[in-house]
Amino acid sequence: MELFNRPIRHRINTIWMVLCLILIVSLPFILSIGLFLKSRLLLEDHSLFDLLFTKVWKPGDGKFGFYPFIVGSVWVTLIAMLISVPICLLTAIHVTQYTRKYVLRIIHPAIDILAGIPSVVYGVWGILVIVPFVSRYLAPIFDYRTLGYSIIAGSLVLSVMIIPFMLNILIEIFRAIPVELKEAALSLGATRWQAIKQVLVKKALPGIIAAFGFGLARAFGETMAVLMVVGNVVKIPKNIFDPGYPLPALIANNYGEMLSIPQYDSALMFAALVLLGVSLFFNVIMHFLISRYNKY
Amino acid sequence: MEPNLQKIDIRNLNVYHGKDKILKDVNITIPENKITVILGPSGCGKTTLLKCLNRLIDLYPELKAEGQVLINGKDVLNTSEDIHNIRQQMGLLSQRPYPLPMTIYNNIAYGLRLRGVKGRRELHRQVMHYLQMVNLWDEVKNRLRAPASRLSIGQQQRLCLARGLAVNPEIILADEPTSALDPISSQIIEEEFITLKDKYTIVLVTHILRQARRIADHVIFMYLGEVIESGPPEQVLENPQMEKTKAYLKGAFN
Repeated sequence: MELFNRPIRHRINTIWMVLCLILIVSLPFILSIGLFLKSRLLLEDHSLFDLLFTKVWKPGDGKFGFYPFIVGSVWVTLIAMLISVPICLLTAIHVTQYTRKYVLRIIHPAIDILAGIPSVVYGVWGILVIVPFVSRYLAPIFDYRTLGYSIIAGSLVLSVMIIPFMLNILIEIFRAIPVELKEAALSLGATRWQAIKQVLVKKALPGIIAAFGFGLARAFGETMAVLMVVGNVVKIPKNIFDPGYPLPALIANNYGEMLSIPQYDSALMFAALVLLGVSLFFNVIMHFLISRYNKY
Repeated sequence: MEPNLQKIDIRNLNVYHGKDKILKDVNITIPENKITVILGPSGCGKTTLLKCLNRLIDLYPELKAEGQVLINGKDVLNTSEDIHNIRQQMGLLSQRPYPLPMTIYNNIAYGLRLRGVKGRRELHRQVMHYLQMVNLWDEVKNRLRAPASRLSIGQQQRLCLARGLAVNPEIILADEPTSALDPISSQIIEEEFITLKDKYTIVLVTHILRQARRIADHVIFMYLGEVIESGPPEQVLENPQMEKTKAYLKGAFN
């Protein structure tokens, strides 16, 4: 009996697996199509260029310029990356190349805990610590007066959030490099730092790019913590102490409130579509860079 | 033996891993311009011994070495001399080839530059010289700018040998260099060692008995961190004095 039943059971299992695969692969398409259909109402009487590059945001008057939100998102994300990328890279190198093994055993759980903290907690921490810090200490250095709710506050909170995430990947990447490669470089007379800079980092480059790509995508889409400290003022920020209004915050703050204006609803869907498009763009760039540096 | 023919002289070398002794009172001499084969079952400390010679043991903070390793009469374990110069005296060939993540050309040029060789023409001349030395030049001369990882594994190992020779060492340390290679590539490496021994002192770690028979001028047999027996191959391999060596040669530890 057992033998007789087997092929059918196997076939059912295979069908299940294929269905799951189809579901996963089709999700991004379903999402994009859904968002596109929903934002069609807005696209009917606004050109794509106007939506993306004009700066007047008056939903009541039918004016939807997404430029301030896009600029806000880009600023917050880029500055967060500028802060976190060097910290992550140097920490990962130090922990894997210079310290004894038990240091890693202590640091690893700490990073995991940081990575597991809910983003709203980071947001509260941002309001209680980072915002006053920016207002009282950081801005006065540059002779600037601010309440603290600003691009830089959002970036600082965001960088603390993505550091554990990127650091975990980087540590794994550096640990995966065979020790023999380091030994080879040293045996040729390289110093430790030369071996790391000229050989190990080069070997790890595709992985390093991937880690930062994931971090970037995550930073760009992070909503709650940034929304709580960034100020949410519709205006193109002139410097990092100005408040900003990133795209995810726009959606989270307004969805469900202003749905009496149909175009507003459609505009928020369009914002989601832009977010999806940008993360897709990051992904493509990342894959291009990885395949470029992966030949060694 | 005359003392001036000893390239490497290891005296009372002990290596500890915590409280465990990995190497126990190792006293050996390695003659110049000969192939010295260190033979023994896996886990007997052969690789650790090799890593003491070029101080790669420094990479493992859990290992502690005591004793003297004299190379050309200078103790490399307790020296104030620049460790990078000492390491350049020894070319290293590991179990599997680990080409640097660069082009074929730069794999050789990297060590040359570290040694201070400058100028495009001079670099190119020397890259060619060392690739010819391992009989790789004709196979790669048209794709010097290709990544080294595209070579076959046997070619990669010869590239690694050339890379080690390019820093102008006096000694070649080879840690089971043929264990990942096919028989033909292994044979090429063995033949190259025989050619190279005119200019270099070669220390070859292996667990392949037949390889030792084929190319050894001097054999050191190790077992569980101790040197059991050393001498010319006709003595150690054909007419061993110690019980453990006899047992190993019969295949008892494999």
